[in-house]
Amino acid sequence: MKPAAFEYSRPRGLDEACAMLSAEGDDARLIAGGQTLVPLMAMRLARPKRLIDIARIGELAYVRSEGDAVAIGAATRQCVIERDAIVCAEVPLLARVMPFVGHAPIRARGTIGGSLANADPAAEIALVAVTLGATISYRDGRTSGELAAADFFIGPMSTALSPTACLTAVHFPVWRGVRVGVGFHEVNARRSDFAFASAAAQIAVDEAGMCTRLALGIGAVTAVPRRLHALEMMLRGSRAEEGRVRETVAAVLSDIDPLSDLHASADYRRRAAATLLTRAIADSWREAHRQSAHAR
Amino acid sequence: MRVELTVNGSRSALEVEPRMSLLDCLRERLLLTGAHAGCEHGVCGACTVLLDGVPIRSCLMFAVQADGYAITTIEGIAPGPGELSPVQDAFCETHGMQCGYCTPAMILTAHALLAGNPAPSRAEIVEAISANICRCTGYAQIVEAVALAAERMRGLNQPAGTP
Amino acid sequence: MSGPATPFRYVSTDRRVREDRRFVAGKGRFAADVALAGTRHVALVTSPHPAARIAGIDTAAALLLPGVHHVLTGRELAAATVPLLAGLDTPKVPRRPLAVDVARYAGEWVAAVVADTRALAEDAAELVHVDYEPLPFVLDGEEAYAPGSPPVHAEHGSNVLLDRTFTWGAVEQDFAQSAHRLSLKVKWGRSSTVPVETFAVLASWDPWREILDVFASVQMPRFPDQVALVLKLPGSCVRVHNDVDVGGSYGVKRGIKHAVLVGYLSRRLGFPVRLVEDRLENMRGGDGHGPERNFDVEVAFDERGVIRAMKMRALDNVGAYAGRSPFQLGKPIGAIVGPYRIRSVQYRAIAVTSNKTVQEAVRAFGQAPTNYAIERAIDQVARHRGLDRVEARRRNLIRADEFPWLIPSGTTYDSGDYHTVIEKVLARADYASLVAERERLRAEGLLAGIGIAACLEPSGANSTFEPLLNPRNETTTYTETCRINVDVSGAVTATIHTLSAGQGHESLAACMIGEVLEIDPDRIRVVRPDSLSSLPSQSPVGSRMAIMLGGAAFHAAQKLKARLIAIAAHDLNIPVAQAVYHDGDICDAARPQLRRSFTELVTIAHRNFHRLPPGSEPGLAFSHVMQVPTGGTLPTPDGRVQMYPCFAFEFHLLLMTIDPDLGKPEIRRYFVGHDCGTVINPKIVRGMTMGGIAHGIGAALYEEFAYGAEGALLAQSFMDYLLPSAHEVPPVEIIHHVTPSPHTVLGQKGSGESGYLGAPAAIASAINDALSPLGISVNSLPIKLGQLGDLIAAARTPPA
Repeated sequence: MKPAAFEYSRPRGLDEACAMLSAEGDDARLIAGGQTLVPLMAMRLARPKRLIDIARIGELAYVRSEGDAVAIGAATRQCVIERDAIVCAEVPLLARVMPFVGHAPIRARGTIGGSLANADPAAEIALVAVTLGATISYRDGRTSGELAAADFFIGPMSTALSPTACLTAVHFPVWRGVRVGVGFHEVNARRSDFAFASAAAQIAVDEAGMCTRLALGIGAVTAVPRRLHALEMMLRGSRAEEGRVRETVAAVLSDIDPLSDLHASADYRRRAAATLLTRAIADSWREAHRQSAHAR
Repeated sequence: MRVELTVNGSRSALEVEPRMSLLDCLRERLLLTGAHAGCEHGVCGACTVLLDGVPIRSCLMFAVQADGYAITTIEGIAPGPGELSPVQDAFCETHGMQCGYCTPAMILTAHALLAGNPAPSRAEIVEAISANICRCTGYAQIVEAVALAAERMRGLNQPAGTP
Repeated sequence: MSGPATPFRYVSTDRRVREDRRFVAGKGRFAADVALAGTRHVALVTSPHPAARIAGIDTAAALLLPGVHHVLTGRELAAATVPLLAGLDTPKVPRRPLAVDVARYAGEWVAAVVADTRALAEDAAELVHVDYEPLPFVLDGEEAYAPGSPPVHAEHGSNVLLDRTFTWGAVEQDFAQSAHRLSLKVKWGRSSTVPVETFAVLASWDPWREILDVFASVQMPRFPDQVALVLKLPGSCVRVHNDVDVGGSYGVKRGIKHAVLVGYLSRRLGFPVRLVEDRLENMRGGDGHGPERNFDVEVAFDERGVIRAMKMRALDNVGAYAGRSPFQLGKPIGAIVGPYRIRSVQYRAIAVTSNKTVQEAVRAFGQAPTNYAIERAIDQVARHRGLDRVEARRRNLIRADEFPWLIPSGTTYDSGDYHTVIEKVLARADYASLVAERERLRAEGLLAGIGIAACLEPSGANSTFEPLLNPRNETTTYTETCRINVDVSGAVTATIHTLSAGQGHESLAACMIGEVLEIDPDRIRVVRPDSLSSLPSQSPVGSRMAIMLGGAAFHAAQKLKARLIAIAAHDLNIPVAQAVYHDGDICDAARPQLRRSFTELVTIAHRNFHRLPPGSEPGLAFSHVMQVPTGGTLPTPDGRVQMYPCFAFEFHLLLMTIDPDLGKPEIRRYFVGHDCGTVINPKIVRGMTMGGIAHGIGAALYEEFAYGAEGALLAQSFMDYLLPSAHEVPPVEIIHHVTPSPHTVLGQKGSGESGYLGAPAAIASAINDALSPLGISVNSLPIKLGQLGDLIAAARTPPA
């Protein structure tokens, strides 16, 4: 499984990379970690005539606290994010899912931008981005732009980016001044496989344990990860214990249209999503509530 | 295209097609055949090498991306001709292999694990090797090899009289 | 490991496996590591259709690419070769490396491109334009069997390769006289043992010596002969290099078509040619799939749950061509009743073609699916009689004092103590507490089940299933040879004549020889000469090497020892019976100060002809060609024959949970009792059992060659064909027992298939035990979590 031939360029900075990409359009692809692109090339499902390597562009690799958000450069390696103190402290949901992303050797090379641009419906990072309402920045030639995560993913393996655009950073909102708990569950045949269903939850509670703010999302079940705003509204102002939440979650998920494949049926995905989301919400609420109790 | 690779401490300047994987480059151009192709799509891990001490899949990297790193292959592990590292010896002691095809990958992964974690739990060992598929052993004797190596390495270089 | 202290000096002791040394250094020599100057590379053009006429192949564009040397089509190759050997007598089902006129499965190799690099060959393969006219196709085995299904081979007229019913004993009478009967259907899904190394072969034709050198990652009996035969070369023109290390095979690396392909190309083009299957070529067209078998089982039993008679119909979907795969229905005949005292059996073996990838041979050669069917049956009998499943087995198992035991199909089981093995496992596992643990987990809301399987590993591989299923085949021997030479310096070198894939044969041979000669096995060099320098061998199949290579090495060493004794006795002028052999030296029993050292004896043998017993050959070279113990006769007209000589036993006991909402299974505890007679190397045997269990877990829970309705293989890469990682294989405790075989030199039985034989049955048993409170069961493998989840949900949904 050898890729079709291509030319290789390593631009020294973002401007040069964007100029190259604009010039070649459809014939060129960006490569950073290559953990999702190279298998596609090996199977000749992707056949770029030029690879533009942005893995070592320093201005694209960083983790920065920016007040209300944490900004992560697109070429930041997943293993770096996994260990980063700012991410652990300020985007705990992202920190929670990182060990689930592939295997350690994949995370050693894979980047956050690569994962997002690949847009696998089961990708954990994409789920967190959608659930938290992250913003994704990009450059297209000389123009810069931003997309909300919910608008970024438009279908399986498909994003709203044009072929000449380069993802530059992801901004994850930070919930300041509240007691936050997170929960994440996924189900797959083997640990580290792409999930058949996944669920993420971030919850803030007040001293009485009532949910004041929620971010809830499901992944791997539908064409793109989905945030569940309606469910968030239903659960706001109540205690999100497992027993109370289960039926509400099942009802909300009863009208989604899940994917079906040789691994799992649509019905399976719907039921699994409900189970996983219930557990994620319960974990998240418990964690927030415990913090609340400790704080008293 | 020209690329300069540093492998097992030695630098080589090579002329390669951009599409040549690091795996194929190591095997065919540098004749380091200890890294093996099992799937060429990043799942089985038989192609594992260390990049600055970190295990990566060499089938998912192009040779032209691999300059500037210290690449370690299994050929760089033995302390000398005919000598075995403690990890290699532990694998022989527990028979942590059968056909030997996944073995270089397992050993490099074990070296990397123990470099950062001298006393890994069974769960940590399993997590570390879970990125590499073995079809022969069922993993038990591999896990034991890593644990044995860890135990022996913890005992090395201790001052006399250390309990 | 448990068991009595060993009476041996080296055998059964905890020795390192010498092969490991080169593997930990990355110095194994796998087929793709062999470099010959001037080698060119092959990539395949494959059919996208499950069935299609090949109207034309346009190679012009491909040949224009620089670096491309040739595009080989099926017609060209067929003109220069004969079809591959089939196991059954099916001349209208010819099989060739490249499709000729008709492509019969998606992924079948249609053309082979030869280029300077593999990458260029793939570039060119994309430019080969094949004109296909799609034909009707059939995928399902039962559909293929039904009359009117489109025959995969038009000239053969149907898809039926084999449909034979055997009746051993008074089956109908036994059914009529039994108090109870039940029937069940189970299905063993299509999976395989999928080694991490794909098949790789390098062939180089030397026109001056008229030898085709072949370096291949192969595990195939009679490989050199068959390659020569198909290429229409004399047998001594093919030289297979047995010192190639094989990166796992577990049955599947048969490789005749691959070797014929590159062998032909090398002769035609005048340079070495190499084919290393990529993973897609391997999964779709490497022809390494395993059994896909539907069982209909009916058992007749009494009030106590003792099964008296069994009827079994086994239909196997062997894919588009027939190689040895139909024999995978025949081998289980040699253990058709499992470890049980069933008195009469009717067995119907059906092999059908379909438009799927070809099945070849998988670890245990059909025994694992058969064990699964038998174990499902006995679990059902237990349920029917309200018996604990272990108790049901106790009542049915052959008892230790009943061996040797003749089974209805004509094979005699050599030895065993099944009840003791089971009791040991139950004691170690503390069966009562395991049951209590299951109840506790159920109370927590999980589905939980205990799985049990008791089964045999037939070992020693007498290939008498060949004449059983193909009357034109009169094979009654399956030999193995070991040769020992002591050189003039006293160095002992043994030769073995097969490739191996990590089974430790070099260590095995050295240990046996060292045991006999009473010298440290580490002093014994073991080498693998090429096939032209080799003596008869059938390759490591059928769990045979401990018995056959072990036996050959043992006997060759005994011959050497006898000669040394004869030389010493003659030189000391004493009767042979008075010469005492000890650690390689020999002394006079009456006057021990009169002795000859090993070194002196070697010198006499090589140099001092005048001191040798009259009529001796000088030197110290001995070989032994081992025949299968107990083997050697053709089947009776009603299809009874002694098949394998030795029978190892395993008893699996495991505890499993299933998350009821997610359907996700998890093995919590795993115990296996294993009795393979005398263990020659404990590290090797343990590894085999653990690896076999991992294969079994894969076959039961994760692995399937799933096909889409349009005939394409859906699980064609490791993204979709899921191999167990270290997370999916739980810690396993092995409990040993030793019941030696009376037929082998040291009482050893085979163990190369252990674990795989019983793990799928045991896991199925656990899942069904876990599901039993819901009133549902699963009678097919693999059982995947999506499917489990759906079944559980359906069972828990109140009826509308």
